[in-house]
Amino acid sequence: MSAPDVMFPEEQRQISSVCQRLHRDANAKAVLLIGRDGQPIAEAGEVGEIDVTSLSSLTAGNVAATGGISKILREKDFTSQFHEGEKTHVHITLVAGRAILVVLFDERSSLGLVRLRVRKAAEEMARLFEQVAKKAASGTGPSILNEITDADIDKLFND
Amino acid sequence: MSFINYSSREINCKLVYYGPGLGGKTTNLRFIYAKTSPEAKGKMISLATETERTLFFDFLPLSLGEIRGFKTRFHLYTVPGQVFYDASRKLILKGVDGVVFVADSQIERMEANIESLDNLRQNLQEQGYDLDKLPFVMQYNKRDLPSAVSLAELHAALNPTNVIEFEARATTGVGVFETLKAIAKAVLTELRRGSGG
Repeated sequence: MSAPDVMFPEEQRQISSVCQRLHRDANAKAVLLIGRDGQPIAEAGEVGEIDVTSLSSLTAGNVAATGGISKILREKDFTSQFHEGEKTHVHITLVAGRAILVVLFDERSSLGLVRLRVRKAAEEMARLFEQVAKKAASGTGPSILNEITDADIDKLFND
Repeated sequence: MSFINYSSREINCKLVYYGPGLGGKTTNLRFIYAKTSPEAKGKMISLATETERTLFFDFLPLSLGEIRGFKTRFHLYTVPGQVFYDASRKLILKGVDGVVFVADSQIERMEANIESLDNLRQNLQEQGYDLDKLPFVMQYNKRDLPSAVSLAELHAALNPTNVIEFEARATTGVGVFETLKAIAKAVLTELRRGSGG
């Protein structure tokens, strides 16, 4: 098994603040950041009624399927996708090959504005992911895995 | 790939149920969904055809409790078993932390079991994984059916490396949670081991 993806509190705070800024600057309904395997990382805006876990998993599946299509067409990854709905539209962007940035928006915004704001936010997020990766590789971040014992794992599965 | 969030204090892992078509992968997830308390599970999603055959995947998020103040969250996926959905199966294996192979015990499905297991090994290799090094649990499903072959025959054909194996009857839940617990435990143990812990 390869090393796990991680997120540390400091970078999480910064990434959340990028999401909030993007939500505001793009006049979006909501912004979600999702791990490449479908785990929710951060969110901003009107997410109260959204099933974030399901949306994250389906979006990751969607991105993986689109990546599969790009391979068949011998195209580089399609870095962004747009789904046009009647009321809500979805803009999906890959961030540094590590995460998926999803912007939900309606008539209060436009695809042009969302694209423009997403580009800047994605760059900032890519830098933060780079920072996380460096910290994880250098071992300067926290590590729960070193603390877990076999007994802890056994305890989890004892009825 | 597992994902550890030190901010929300969560360990997220991805489990994939693999196996031949109509072998009971979706039935495993449905049983788990039905018998898990509402606070421990999210919505189960099935991307299926009109005839209820899995088209892309089923998805079930589960919480299995806390370790040292970290919530353990497992995302369970099934693959479509039908041979021609191979491209979809490869996608679902991306980032996998543990695999359950749901074999169909019926004699007439033995060839399909072997073909699917070969396909699993091959598809994992393409993603850079080695099945022999990945947390892996074997489930022999449909043990109650009249044409089920003996456990010894199944073991010889499908489990030469002696991974943990369970007999199951997923429609009634026999062996379902035993399988889930075994793979979840194997994944956490491997995660700990991989860290040098």
